[in-house]
Amino acid sequence: MNVSELTSATVPPAGPEDHVRGAGAELIVYADLGCPHCAASWQRIVAAGGRIAFRHFPVASKHPRAPALHAAAEAAGRQDAFFAMIDSLFADRGHVDDPHLWKRVEALGLDLDRFEADRRDEAVAARVRRDFESGLRAGVTGTPAVFREARLVPLQRLPEPSM
Amino acid sequence: MIEPGTEAPEFTLKDQDGMRVSPSDFRGGKVMLCFYPADFSPACSDQLSIYQEVLGEIESRGARLLGISVDSIWSHRAFREQLGLEIPLLADFHPKGEVAARYGAYLEEYGTSNRSLVLVDETGVVEWVHESPTPLEIPGANLIFDALADR
Repeated sequence: MNVSELTSATVPPAGPEDHVRGAGAELIVYADLGCPHCAASWQRIVAAGGRIAFRHFPVASKHPRAPALHAAAEAAGRQDAFFAMIDSLFADRGHVDDPHLWKRVEALGLDLDRFEADRRDEAVAARVRRDFESGLRAGVTGTPAVFREARLVPLQRLPEPSM
Repeated sequence: MIEPGTEAPEFTLKDQDGMRVSPSDFRGGKVMLCFYPADFSPACSDQLSIYQEVLGEIESRGARLLGISVDSIWSHRAFREQLGLEIPLLADFHPKGEVAARYGAYLEEYGTSNRSLVLVDETGVVEWVHESPTPLEIPGANLIFDALADR
């Protein structure tokens, strides 16, 4: 197997390859699309933005479906629907099998054949792994992990979303 | 905690399958002992599932990772199944916490081990230790790779 560099390193600043939404003060968010805590916190994180850079942090042993969901988000991203898929997956965690993903793709108006090919692309898996490794090197041990100016921000420090 | 440079205390504990495991079984390679407080607790679940994600990377650097807590082999077996872990989990169950105590990793007040990592080198000598300031603080997997890279 390829040996990656996994020693400690600060969180890389958001760059052109990151998935970024919004403007203003930047939060870098490592999240697991199979993680209930991430889903529950997503609205709060969104409300606290600013600019959000989303980074993949699937923990497959704990959430066996996570790798497929992260690949689905990347594949949707190739059709400019990355955050639309993230929002969709976090809004409804109960429907994450393949036929449910196809329905989501349809609802988002994406090309299903292209989505199916893209989500199995090795480059997609490598892209997800790259984010995971940068989080791991920054000491992420649980999700969601939110960084502001390269420092971990406890979730409770983020403002409450207005109802 | 046990100090780097001292000989790692030898022990034999049963793993989740009832197999007897000793650090000396792995002589010639490194062993990372991961003492943790309790199967199924939220922090321990996070910790071990993150380590599971990079288990191959740890092993490719010539180290074996062994989890140790005061839970029984049956609890270990269920915990591994629930989290999809392949990391061997050793039962420091009876006498309770005896191995943790020999490594200076037992918290009498809580009746569990603390959360700590102990790297034993190829010759059975403690090379590096990390003790979490509180049981809620999880050492990131990056610290394991730092320890394996420096030596």
